[in-house]
Amino acid sequence: MSAAVEITGVDKTFDTRSGAVQALTGIDLTVEAGEFVSLIGPSGCGKSTLMRLIADLDEPTAGTVEVFGKGARQARLDQEYGIAFQSAGLLPWRTVAANVALPLELHGVASAARSTRVAELLDMVGLSDFADRYPDQLSGGMQQRVAIARALAEQPRLLLMDEPFGALDEMTREKMQSDLVRISAETGAAVVFVTHSIPEAVFLSDRVVVMSPRPGRIQEIVPMRLGAEAARAARTEELREERAFFDMVTAVREALHQGSPVGTAPRGLENR
Amino acid sequence: MTEVGAREANAVTDAAAVVAPGDAGARAAPPRRPGAGRGGRAGRGFAAWIWGLVGILTIALIWEGYKLLGPADGVVVGDLRIMPRTTDLAMPHVWQMLGRLFEPVTRADDALPLWAAVALAALTTLGIAAAGWLVGVVVGIGLALVMQRWRIAEWGLLPWIVLSQTVPLIAFAPIVKSWGSRVEIGAFEWQDWMSVALIASYLAFFPIAIGALKGLQSPDRIHTELMETYAAGYWQTLVKLRFPAAVPYLLPALRLGAANAVIGAVVAEVSTGLQGGIGRILIQFAGQASGDPAKAWGPIFGAIVLGLVAAGSVALLGVILSNYRRNEEHA
Repeated sequence: MSAAVEITGVDKTFDTRSGAVQALTGIDLTVEAGEFVSLIGPSGCGKSTLMRLIADLDEPTAGTVEVFGKGARQARLDQEYGIAFQSAGLLPWRTVAANVALPLELHGVASAARSTRVAELLDMVGLSDFADRYPDQLSGGMQQRVAIARALAEQPRLLLMDEPFGALDEMTREKMQSDLVRISAETGAAVVFVTHSIPEAVFLSDRVVVMSPRPGRIQEIVPMRLGAEAARAARTEELREERAFFDMVTAVREALHQGSPVGTAPRGLENR
Repeated sequence: MTEVGAREANAVTDAAAVVAPGDAGARAAPPRRPGAGRGGRAGRGFAAWIWGLVGILTIALIWEGYKLLGPADGVVVGDLRIMPRTTDLAMPHVWQMLGRLFEPVTRADDALPLWAAVALAALTTLGIAAAGWLVGVVVGIGLALVMQRWRIAEWGLLPWIVLSQTVPLIAFAPIVKSWGSRVEIGAFEWQDWMSVALIASYLAFFPIAIGALKGLQSPDRIHTELMETYAAGYWQTLVKLRFPAAVPYLLPALRLGAANAVIGAVVAEVSTGLQGGIGRILIQFAGQASGDPAKAWGPIFGAIVLGLVAAGSVALLGVILSNYRRNEEHA
């Protein structure tokens, strides 16, 4: 079975008014099926751009991006991935259930099958009681959970998430992280997760890809060794207190500082 | 005619205001709780009626106050009369105007009461205006679709659309009529009322085209990209995203379009001399004002009610589509 994502020699240059900007250079990265990989790095390191290349929302200037052995474009047309952005991006005129049903509706899933699937998904994200509400009646965390349910609607084998919890408060955020761990274990989907937060990346990931800016490149790939807790389903709140967790946080932080002793975090990074 | 001209100008500036109805500010507003605000909205609706009534009464009071206190010959500065004469001929009492509505139009035995004659004429005009409005909706939304789809079409068309509204309506009403009289396709024969409807549509399409364009362009990037990730095509994106997102922009535009269609229909009736509509009796009764000053006000009231009915019908559409307006702060 082919890898979920296979990125080979990717460069990305944006043409701006003040000349060409090198957003990504020489990116090689493989995400195995079912693997949880976080992209972390300071602002401007191109982590969101990299995710957009996988999603075929942008095209690489050089190199290839393959998703499950197909070109990124074909993978998008075949609906190989689900996606969630930093803001939930729900359609305000649709109820929670109708929002989750949107991708199914667009792809011609029959009405009965649709409502069964939507009920399942809302149950998974714990929003069954809110099916008939409208997005403006939900909190930010709930909206984001609807967005995740929507991303999972068509049982994708790959989930792309661009700082989905970035706008949430700390409490909600930790809850959502635990939920995501559970959901990704349940679905067995590979996840590419863009984040600013080191503990978030450590808590969620099998591997953390540390990126650095100007031009955006992969600095280091840090595999998470979290001992007996490494199995994703076994990651619980207790993990946040474990010695191994803090060791990994330190490892990622040092990678971000290119091995030098840690002073203050680079701009745009959170240590929480 | 100057009054109509002023309202026309207003409609154009209002069309510019269509650009940002709900506005981004609504998004920052705290989330509304379910059910909350229902009572408040009803209360606001009630208050609006009260204030509307207060406004009408105030105008009536100012009218009567000036009539009572102002000099009979009006206020004249140099050779210029800046305030009208207060004689019963120039300014009939409010109650005379209202009372006149319930008296027969003419002294003929089978004459209808004035209000009925006005209402019949208003209905005729309303029908013509509605036809014009529908044409305006189709043309306006069609142009907006083309401009949204192709950037270059927006650059090419938008200036002409704006320019089209600077052509004075009365100037080309007779031309449209004379062109129309030459149109004859098989069994289809161009009717005079169609010229009037065409002119009404000419005024109606403008705010609709502008509002629909802004509305179709309104979806956030996150939403258009989401549709892209779903591999949704142009039509799917249009139906599931762009049209629903355009509703808050379209409704005020359709309302302006309705008001414009009424103005256009009335003006066109006057300048093409079409019988049966309210524009015609406006002129006719104004001509009889020296003998029956209150009578001329009947069709004026009729025209006002006509505009309100037209705009109100569109507001009704807004109630039906209220789910698409959840981000609007002011209903």
